[in-house]
Amino acid sequence: MNKMMPWFRILFLGLISLLGFNNDIFAQNTLVSPQDFTAFDTPNDAGGSVSLTWRVVPENNKPEVPYLILAATAPDGPWFEQTTLVNLKSDYPQYFGLSASNKLWSYCEITDFKQSLTDDNPKPITATTYFKLAVTDGSKTLGFSSVVSAMHQGNWFDASKINILIFVVIFSFVIMFFISLARKNPDLFIRRIPGLDAIEEAIGRATEMGKPILYLNGLDGMGSLSTIAATSILGKVARKVANYDSQIKVPCRDPIVMSVCQEVVREAYLEAGRPDAYNQDNIFFITDDQFAYAAAVDGLMVRHKPAANLYMGYYYAESLLLAETGAAIGAIQIAGTDSITQLPFFITTCDYTLMGEELYAASAYLSREPLQTGSLKGQDFTKGLIILILILGSLASTAGITFLVNLFKTF
Amino acid sequence: MIKRQLPLLIAFAMGVIFIIQFFIPHQISQDLLTWVNKWLMIIGGISLLLGIYSLLNFHYLQIFRNKPGWGFSLIMFFSFLISVVVGFTPSLINVILPLPESSVQSAEQVKEWYRITGLKDGSSLDWIFRHGITPLSATMFSIIGFFIASAAFRAFRARSLEATLLLLAAVFIMLGQTPLGGMLWSGIPDIMTWILSTPNTAAKRAILFGIAMGSISFSLKIIFGIERAYLGGKN
Repeated sequence: MNKMMPWFRILFLGLISLLGFNNDIFAQNTLVSPQDFTAFDTPNDAGGSVSLTWRVVPENNKPEVPYLILAATAPDGPWFEQTTLVNLKSDYPQYFGLSASNKLWSYCEITDFKQSLTDDNPKPITATTYFKLAVTDGSKTLGFSSVVSAMHQGNWFDASKINILIFVVIFSFVIMFFISLARKNPDLFIRRIPGLDAIEEAIGRATEMGKPILYLNGLDGMGSLSTIAATSILGKVARKVANYDSQIKVPCRDPIVMSVCQEVVREAYLEAGRPDAYNQDNIFFITDDQFAYAAAVDGLMVRHKPAANLYMGYYYAESLLLAETGAAIGAIQIAGTDSITQLPFFITTCDYTLMGEELYAASAYLSREPLQTGSLKGQDFTKGLIILILILGSLASTAGITFLVNLFKTF
Repeated sequence: MIKRQLPLLIAFAMGVIFIIQFFIPHQISQDLLTWVNKWLMIIGGISLLLGIYSLLNFHYLQIFRNKPGWGFSLIMFFSFLISVVVGFTPSLINVILPLPESSVQSAEQVKEWYRITGLKDGSSLDWIFRHGITPLSATMFSIIGFFIASAAFRAFRARSLEATLLLLAAVFIMLGQTPLGGMLWSGIPDIMTWILSTPNTAAKRAILFGIAMGSISFSLKIIFGIERAYLGGKN
């Protein structure tokens, strides 16, 4: 029995090695060389990047099968290893669009030329570069693709934003059309906005009480649309204040906003025929620190007890600090903001709140000029159009048609 | 005439240029955007002088005219002076009071804070920020908690159908956010999730749509000079 053991051991080891050999052959037989390997300038970018794509092959698409990208400055080498890819990325709409073929391709973007895989100081690609792709089993290369070449360049149009461009053009034409319509028929209907109607009431109340009106422009700078809308409303409010011979105080968080507000209020007083009543010191800068600003405005409210507080523009966490203090002193409060996170606080603490787009519509509502009301109508028409597309898109998606949804995708 | 037409012309030109820039990914276009942004920062920096003048003038008048709360203006002048002196005297306070090690924030957060503020670790101005501005800001921020309670008390009085719905939604959200809600009834967290993900998201998206359309329309009005009230005077 003991004599039989070495023979048995040899037979057993032989079988094991044969199995291992067979496994190796199996692996070699199932992996295939990369197919349809292409290199091209990365689309829709500023330049500096080259994209490589190759067809997804189910046999190779396994985590234990890494790909290796090699690059060279000449078609015949020398070749330098650039990167190994284990989890392959597919879905490259920048190049393939939103078609189903997206899933059939893997891709990689190369921005630098490395001398080795561990090169810590890669150089930017400056000339036509040659690439080839290898499939490996982790230790040795099993197959190469053909050699391809590409050079990057900056693009002059971002094709992925074409849907945005088309939408902006259509929207602009709709607005222009409604403006021309408003010129012919100036009495276009605009729905009532109670918050804006209440401004007159608030100014009247402040005048009767002999107390000032506090007007805030929000915390953003002049680059923000909300602040521009707030300064537009300030002009209308200041004119009414001048007519009523009341007083307006405008504490600002930004020096540029302060300068604009001073100019807007001064012009409003001039228009009202009361340049003598204008006091530049009532429009002043406090600080650009968020909570220091809130503390200072709260202090102003408590000391001067304004009869009306108007909060227009964009606000952050300080909104409740301001509006709750205003509610505590018993002022009539009107807010207008497009800050969606602060809207609930204003709705809770203020008497009237202009929600989102109403802030932008305020200037048109208060001036009632055909040009302004026309643009408002155009905006509403486009909104209706979008609601229709939303409904159609939802129905189409439910039916498995993605065309309409893809039209509005950006990437 | 020029005072009014020139700003409108600049607004139109810049508006059109930067609409086009949005669609051009080329490096030249990106460089233009960076260049303009740098100029914006420079103008912002210069305008701070205007702000400082306004601030000092306002508080000087408060003291000079003996207005209510003029003592606060005195404190402002004192704080302003201290900040200016300390800012121009490197590490003065560090000699008197060594900077304690931060135990609350991680090293990365502290590093990021220094990067954003541009302050040097351990400088005197840094000491003022850490031991003056930061705790004062935190105090103001923490007051929000109490204000939320008082605002909620007012808003949740069930005087109308809308207020009652608001109250009910608030009760479910508040209970759903705490372990107590799930202990009372296992359905409360599910109701909370539904309220937040369905009616709340729908309403938020509707407002966002309005804001998006409004902002595009408002931008076009500014670019084409239809909206010019921000310049002051008649439209």
